[in-house]
Amino acid sequence: MKKFTSYLILFLLLVGNLNFAGFAQAKNDVLIKNAMVMTAVKGTLQNTDILIQNGKIAKIGKNIAAPAGVRVIDATGKYVTPGIIDCHSHSMLDAINEGSLSVTSMTRTRDVLNPTDIAIYRALAGGVTSANLLHGSANPIGGQNTTVKFKWGHPVEDYPIADAPPGIKFALGENVKRSTSFAPPGTPVRYPRTRMGVIETIRDAFLRAKDYKQSWDDFKAGKTKVQPRKDLELDPLVEVLEGKRLVHAHGYRSDEHLNLMLLADEMGFTVATLQHGLEAYKIAPEIAKRGTGVSIFTDSWSYKLEAYDAIPYNAYILWKNGVNVSINSDSDERMRRLNLDAAKVEKYGGVPEEDALKMITLNPAKQLGIDKHTGSIEVGKDGDLVIWTAHPFSVYSRVETTIIEGETYFDRSTDTQLRLDMAKERDTLEKLDINKAPGTGGGPPAVPKEKRRGDRDDAEYGDGGNRL
Amino acid sequence: MNNGKFKIENVRSKLVHIGFLLLTAYCLLLTANAQNDGSEQNQTGKAGTFAIVGARIVTVSGATIESGTVIIQNGKIFAVGANISIPAGAEKIDGKGLSVFPGMIDAGTSLGLVEIGQGVSGSVDLSETGTMNANAKAIKGINPHSSHVNVTRVNGITTVMSYPTGGLIAGQGAVINLNGSTQDEMAVIREFGLVINFPRIATFGGFAGGGGFGGPPIEFSEAAKRRDTALDELRKMFRNAESYLRAKDAYAKDKTLPYPVTDQKFDAMAPYIRGEKPVVFTAERERDIRAVAKFVADMKLKGIILGGQEAWKAADELKKNNISVVYTNIHSLPVLDDNPYDYLFEAPSKMQAAGVKFCISTGDGGQEVRDLPYQAGLAGAFGLSKEDALKSVTLYAAEILGVADKMGSLDVGKVANVVVTDGDILEARTNIKYLFINGRLLPLTSRHTELFDSFKDRK
Repeated sequence: MKKFTSYLILFLLLVGNLNFAGFAQAKNDVLIKNAMVMTAVKGTLQNTDILIQNGKIAKIGKNIAAPAGVRVIDATGKYVTPGIIDCHSHSMLDAINEGSLSVTSMTRTRDVLNPTDIAIYRALAGGVTSANLLHGSANPIGGQNTTVKFKWGHPVEDYPIADAPPGIKFALGENVKRSTSFAPPGTPVRYPRTRMGVIETIRDAFLRAKDYKQSWDDFKAGKTKVQPRKDLELDPLVEVLEGKRLVHAHGYRSDEHLNLMLLADEMGFTVATLQHGLEAYKIAPEIAKRGTGVSIFTDSWSYKLEAYDAIPYNAYILWKNGVNVSINSDSDERMRRLNLDAAKVEKYGGVPEEDALKMITLNPAKQLGIDKHTGSIEVGKDGDLVIWTAHPFSVYSRVETTIIEGETYFDRSTDTQLRLDMAKERDTLEKLDINKAPGTGGGPPAVPKEKRRGDRDDAEYGDGGNRL
Repeated sequence: MNNGKFKIENVRSKLVHIGFLLLTAYCLLLTANAQNDGSEQNQTGKAGTFAIVGARIVTVSGATIESGTVIIQNGKIFAVGANISIPAGAEKIDGKGLSVFPGMIDAGTSLGLVEIGQGVSGSVDLSETGTMNANAKAIKGINPHSSHVNVTRVNGITTVMSYPTGGLIAGQGAVINLNGSTQDEMAVIREFGLVINFPRIATFGGFAGGGGFGGPPIEFSEAAKRRDTALDELRKMFRNAESYLRAKDAYAKDKTLPYPVTDQKFDAMAPYIRGEKPVVFTAERERDIRAVAKFVADMKLKGIILGGQEAWKAADELKKNNISVVYTNIHSLPVLDDNPYDYLFEAPSKMQAAGVKFCISTGDGGQEVRDLPYQAGLAGAFGLSKEDALKSVTLYAAEILGVADKMGSLDVGKVANVVVTDGDILEARTNIKYLFINGRLLPLTSRHTELFDSFKDRK
């Protein structure tokens, strides 16, 4: 009898598992019917269906029949775009700047991911599905990035895109120079203080990385039997020299970005992206020649001196020169409306609609080396899609549903229902004795801890990003 | 403009060494540079009689005319309608396929008071030292030649309220048109609104809050105590000003009374204390907004809320006390993690439903005021009708600023602040085709178009 019970339990577990697996698959298979599909590569397709199976786009076409068990979303009158990709974000990072040294290439944003950051959900509600989570701009060479998909509700290990090429943050200009002003009393002033010193700091790091690489090459070739000491600071820079790690270089003035590219020429690597690049339009031909990408704000300007020559025509001039341009937010707030930032580049200079859409989808995907997975609506790519109530470049448009690999991570109608449930729950909680107001039977109220997350990495230098 | 200023200083330092001839050369150079760099700031446009013919006319106050004419003469809107005869000598503008709107109004900016916020303190005139600065007037600090003026107006914003920040009584705002070589040429209302950072319970940072920016949070009860202290100071300031003004009135009638020593801060408060002009209170949370309403009622003031995240929750008190709201939080993040994601997007529609008088503002220091139409549009995506979204940055703003007799709609007799577009003015892809302020046709140039022209063809 005991044995029978054990078998029964085992059997139930197996059946349960099978059922669960079957359910999970059906849940992530979706057929979106009758939408205006903005593919980002092959124009806008009218009255078109998209079938997602096993997380991938399986079919795009008209009148696709729904396979058994597939969830169907009627998107008549609605627009579908690829999921938005933000090429510069600090969302879900519990710390942003390791500002104590001029070179902190050993640090990793991967180590401080917080999957419960509400910014993730709000970004999903704005149609963002992927992001480049960068170290801050406190030092010439900062930490390593993490490229993620915003799989809200999943464990943290599901967020990083497994085969995304690794990257690293570099930074130039005012933030790097000023970080020293925030040195705690008694600590020495940190080098560098000028743009002259910034570029020499980076040159020094790469010269050291080359020496280090030489010593390893000699060891591997058997020239010496003494194994070099492993250096966590220089390893990522060797990867840069070998073309295995992408450099994302924060900077504003054209001269400082050009100087970095000249140094990269000298050292034998290519800068993957100029981040911000508010004056990149001044050196568009030099950028284009090197195949370097630029990730910009559409129209932010004048918030500091090195942003005073920023113009909203930046995207247009770069685009005209054949540069891969993406539009980023660098802000939990702005991230929610990157669609409108893309709309603006049509106005300023006249970038065509599809190329404007690419600037928040396929172009950042290319800059991050994840374009084989995401960034456009094509058969075989991941089912990362956004359903909009109207044309995504219209101010009156709103995200209805955000889907990553077939799974729905934001849905407006679900959200509306959830907030009613939450209001009820809050109401119940507020009536508990422990939550009664002082003098009415309750204890002293807890002091809520409010996060103070800076907008733009500029705001976070010098204190590790953790003010509280 | 800062660039201009730096160049002038260069000229001065070289003068000593180089002498008169070179000075002349430098002056010429300076002029040339200024032309690349902001001389358009002094291009205050062209006056005349203009007829915009065959355009879609969005009057805002009344029905939209699908095809009609707008006549601009002597700086005013002279005629609007479907069948209007064109005055002799009028400059004709073909409005086919175009739309005409009243210029947009942002009722809560600091435009002109700050050129570059971070790291260039010489260009920042936002906030006086001390906590009681009723006599600090934005009109005296606004830089008419700020590059923000042109950058903003070429996006269809023709009028802003610009106000000082900081302290408890921050000072007085000004309503200005975005055109003019002097502050007085720009002024619509030289002194508008006594701006008060209303004391709030803040357990971290901010005015009357704990430890300052980055400091440790403080206990709620301590924060409440600090709020009460600051509120007492504010009340005292108002009561003292009242007493001072009574003493002055009394002395005016009876010269045997003691002569009250002049106090310019109290004098500055007079029109506000008497309820002749509005007091603008920054406040966001429901409890603070209710506290403002009580203060307004106690002091018998004319009140405006600036900020207003949760104003819809206090609709009853706001309506009872005739308080309107300049809402500045479309581009803000909800404060609490469990606030709905669209909490601040849908606040305007909730105010509209609750019958609170409001307008939408960027609340920005200058550089992002040009986003005003898109902020209103975004509220339009979250419950506000398109018509109300447009009104929230035109007529409603004019009403709250008390200038609806002069602007905010396309009506005969109003000031000709007129924008001609190729589409819905709130849409991000719409282009501005013609711009009039005070009836002057303005060039659509700015620091940005000039830099664009300088670099667009660089090979």
